[in-house]
Amino acid sequence: MDFSAEAAVNGGSDRMMNNNSVLTARGIGKTVKSGANDLVILREIDLEVTRGEAVAVVGASGSGKSTLLAILAGLDTPSTGDVTLDGAALSALDEDARARLRAMNVGFVFQSFQLLASLTALENVMLPLELSNEKQAEEMARQVLTRVGLGERLHHYPRHLSGGEQQRVALARAFVVRPKLLLADEPTGSLDADSGAEVIRLLFEMNREYGTTLVLVTHDESLAARCARVVRLAGGRMQK
Amino acid sequence: MRQALKMLARDWRAGELRVLAAALVIAVAAITSVAFFADRIAQGLARDAHQLLGADLVLVADQPWPGEIAAELEKAGVQRAQAINFISMASAQEGQLAGVKAVSENYPLRGRMRIAKAPGMADAPAERGPAAGTVWLEERLVTSLQAPVGSRIKLGRAEFTVAAVLTLEPERSTNFFNIAPRLMMNIADVPATALIQTGSRVSYYLYAAGTPQQVKLLEETLRRKLQRGQRIDTLETGRPEVRSAIDRAERFLGLTALLAAVLAGVAVALGTRRFVERHLDGCAVMRCLGATQAQLLRLYAIEFVLLGIGACAAGCALGYVAQEAIAVAVSEVVRAELPAPRVLPAVQGFLVGLVLLLGFALPPLVQLKNVPAVRVIRRESGAPKPGAIAAYGTGLVSLAALLVWQAGDLKLGLTVVGGFAVAVAVFFVVAWFSLRLLTARRVIARIPSSILRYGLANLRRHARGNAVQIASLALGLTAVLLLTFTRNELVDAWRRAAPPDAPNRFLIGVQPEQLEPLHAFFSAHNVPVPDLYPMVRGRLVAVNGAPVSEADYSEERAKRLVEREFNLSYMKDLPGHNQVVEGTWFRPDEKAASVEQGIAQRLGWKLGDELTFVVGSERFSARISSLRKLRWDSMKVNFFVVTPPAVLAGFPASFISAFYLPAGSDALISELATRFPNMTVIDAAAAVRQAQGVIDQLIDAVQFVFLFALVAGLLVLYSALVATEDERRREAAVMRVYGASRAQVTGTQRAEFLAMGVIAGLLATLGAAAIGQVLARRVFELDLPPSLALWIAGPLAGIALLSLNAWISSRKVLRASPALTLRDST
Repeated sequence: MDFSAEAAVNGGSDRMMNNNSVLTARGIGKTVKSGANDLVILREIDLEVTRGEAVAVVGASGSGKSTLLAILAGLDTPSTGDVTLDGAALSALDEDARARLRAMNVGFVFQSFQLLASLTALENVMLPLELSNEKQAEEMARQVLTRVGLGERLHHYPRHLSGGEQQRVALARAFVVRPKLLLADEPTGSLDADSGAEVIRLLFEMNREYGTTLVLVTHDESLAARCARVVRLAGGRMQK
Repeated sequence: MRQALKMLARDWRAGELRVLAAALVIAVAAITSVAFFADRIAQGLARDAHQLLGADLVLVADQPWPGEIAAELEKAGVQRAQAINFISMASAQEGQLAGVKAVSENYPLRGRMRIAKAPGMADAPAERGPAAGTVWLEERLVTSLQAPVGSRIKLGRAEFTVAAVLTLEPERSTNFFNIAPRLMMNIADVPATALIQTGSRVSYYLYAAGTPQQVKLLEETLRRKLQRGQRIDTLETGRPEVRSAIDRAERFLGLTALLAAVLAGVAVALGTRRFVERHLDGCAVMRCLGATQAQLLRLYAIEFVLLGIGACAAGCALGYVAQEAIAVAVSEVVRAELPAPRVLPAVQGFLVGLVLLLGFALPPLVQLKNVPAVRVIRRESGAPKPGAIAAYGTGLVSLAALLVWQAGDLKLGLTVVGGFAVAVAVFFVVAWFSLRLLTARRVIARIPSSILRYGLANLRRHARGNAVQIASLALGLTAVLLLTFTRNELVDAWRRAAPPDAPNRFLIGVQPEQLEPLHAFFSAHNVPVPDLYPMVRGRLVAVNGAPVSEADYSEERAKRLVEREFNLSYMKDLPGHNQVVEGTWFRPDEKAASVEQGIAQRLGWKLGDELTFVVGSERFSARISSLRKLRWDSMKVNFFVVTPPAVLAGFPASFISAFYLPAGSDALISELATRFPNMTVIDAAAAVRQAQGVIDQLIDAVQFVFLFALVAGLLVLYSALVATEDERRREAAVMRVYGASRAQVTGTQRAEFLAMGVIAGLLATLGAAAIGQVLARRVFELDLPPSLALWIAGPLAGIALLSLNAWISSRKVLRASPALTLRDST
């Protein structure tokens, strides 16, 4: 768990731009209207994540971590600042271009799994491949599902799987496109301790096997400690 | 494409599309079965109605038809028959003027004559006309000539055997005023009578029957060759009362198809809403996984088009089977063999289904592509919602266009579209306000029952969504109420318009000095004294001072109207079965005339025009002060031109009346004929029977079509009800998680549904009553009294329907474990 230890130093605005970086965020701020007042969710966030690095973003509920994750993934747009994902500035791309960028580079794991209830485990994993017209979709999906230990449950629907199994399907879906960056939002938040531990074991194992860069949002300090670098958020600010 | 097919298969397997597809199949099946059946009925009616003419096309002339015309008929390859009509004295024990009709043996080409062995005995259809050397006599003639079947009568120079009593013949009512009792003979015997001499008043008839195309072509060819004194009778020109009955039947059928289309629109809109709500998360995930907006849109569009094609095809097939079943079910009622349905209704149903699906499904689907990907992290981020009007604008416009098209009648279509558009808006607004009122915090706070309080609080929380649901329910229920109660009221009103006691006798030739003795005669026999109308025969010579001749008019019927003498009448008051539609009814001393709307239109007369008539050698003029609308199917005495007594009272007049006599009043008629030998009593019973038979058949056919549309409406209503099931199930699960008992959960839902049922029921009742009134007055021209039954049944139906739904849905909610329900919904 201590790979890339040399990169595991706190990010900061004074840090030099690294050629090896997968994700760079500069001066990210997010403000939303709440009635008559402006509500500041994030301010002045700078973050750089290099290839193969595992970074944990921790903070209390409401500290802005999920918003930051959404902005890093290009799911949401920041009010100020810019995000560069695999060399492409997200602010220069429209929503569809960002979607294409995600399709090729980013995998997701969510707290609420976000599997499509109408699709079987296999079909859920095939979905991102089919969206980019991958011919070998089924074969690739089978392999990854077998890797997460669900080779026997390919044709089960999400409602017939336990929470831990559903999250493993979600892991398979995230890794099947061999993403450069994996974004995980409270991956164990909906699971009991045993299932959670199993999912985390798989997450880190596969992260290493696939050489993926990992950004993990959690409020669980012990989980964060397994990452090489920990970034803390409080009141929308990054703590040094 | 492959991807879309896969998605279709997956969504189908997951049951996501079944409600939508079912709504669509039912809708298309309803539309096509109605359209198929209506098409067959319409074809059958058009064919059967020709029975009243005895053919598809009748050529009438006052001179024998030239060989050239006969050759045209032969060339056209149609069936042909001929007849000669004249009036002559027939004699046996007694003498009597008879209306002689000499026919070829294959007469009539459409329909059958009916004959009996003796007066009063059961009759049976005749296979062919009278054989040479024999005659058939109408009952009155048998009585007055005292010539029973088997006896011999004399006609001109020839003698004939009476072979049967003629009880029914086509064409019987085409011209009431010239009918002397019928004597039917074979055309081959006419020369032997030597009755047709130069100057005899004879009409020569040629009959043709064939396929609609043949007949149409023939009619076009012949019209160009017609000369003075020759004319063509078709259903349109010959029988206004039959035409009007068929028109109404077609409108009723059109209305039914319209309502089916409206129900379909509602169902598809609700089904798609459910689909979109269930797919918001999935779309967000796909966006997150890198699907572009265009990709999503393409996927769903193709998926829906594929679904649409499949569902429409299934709907058409089901519609075809259903109409076949209806046809079998009604074969007793619709006695005639129905022609095979044509393809057009299937095409129509297919297009209607696709337009409905795309019109109502595309706007919300487009919304799916706009789902922000961030919804995967923050569930509350929904798709930016366009205004309801913008979203369903396309659907509403296409539905409106469809309705007008389906109605095949702009006025009917716009009435229904307008009615429903107003109803939707009013329903939504009223539902929303009633919800706000019912669930005002002050009201809720005073309710002692916590269950009721929760139920009402739920209603308040979803005021807008519930208002939409109530409006949809009210719309569906309106259609159902329209199809049940209002339909019955309309049909009753229609029946009343041609009541069973419609006049069945015409009395003509009453002289002014006979009026009083005639009154006394009727009173003495306890028969209500009929209205007697004076009749003056006059020829139109000028309009606004300019001389008039038939050459001024190009239309055949207009020429005929101008050429012959008008039956004019005078009266002080407007008869009950007439209605002034323009201008005002004249004062008794005015030099004015009231004219029937149709003839005014045909001859180009307007209010204020001065008409000049010649009666005998005197002329008079009168200005048109009003236009009247008549009910031709009322079988009452009607006049095209009526003046105040001041204008016409000085001219020689005879009187005419129409009245009802129950069956078995022959003795009274005989006595009347003996007391007043100069009067002629025309037995219109046969004609009335014939016309009413047709009308009854039309009503029966319409009833069956209505029944089917009603079932379709109920099914569609059901799919509207399940549309909000998901959300209610989730809420109930949350309540149970927080410790609500089963009774509390069901009670809350019941309270909610009950309130919605009351509002929806009341709205639907109001809607059905209002639309019924508009339809009755504007389209069917009938009076529709307000219906107490509707006002009782409407709200009750709303309550019953939603209570049943509450019961079913709470059973489902209670059966599922709350944990599973909640997990499925996250």
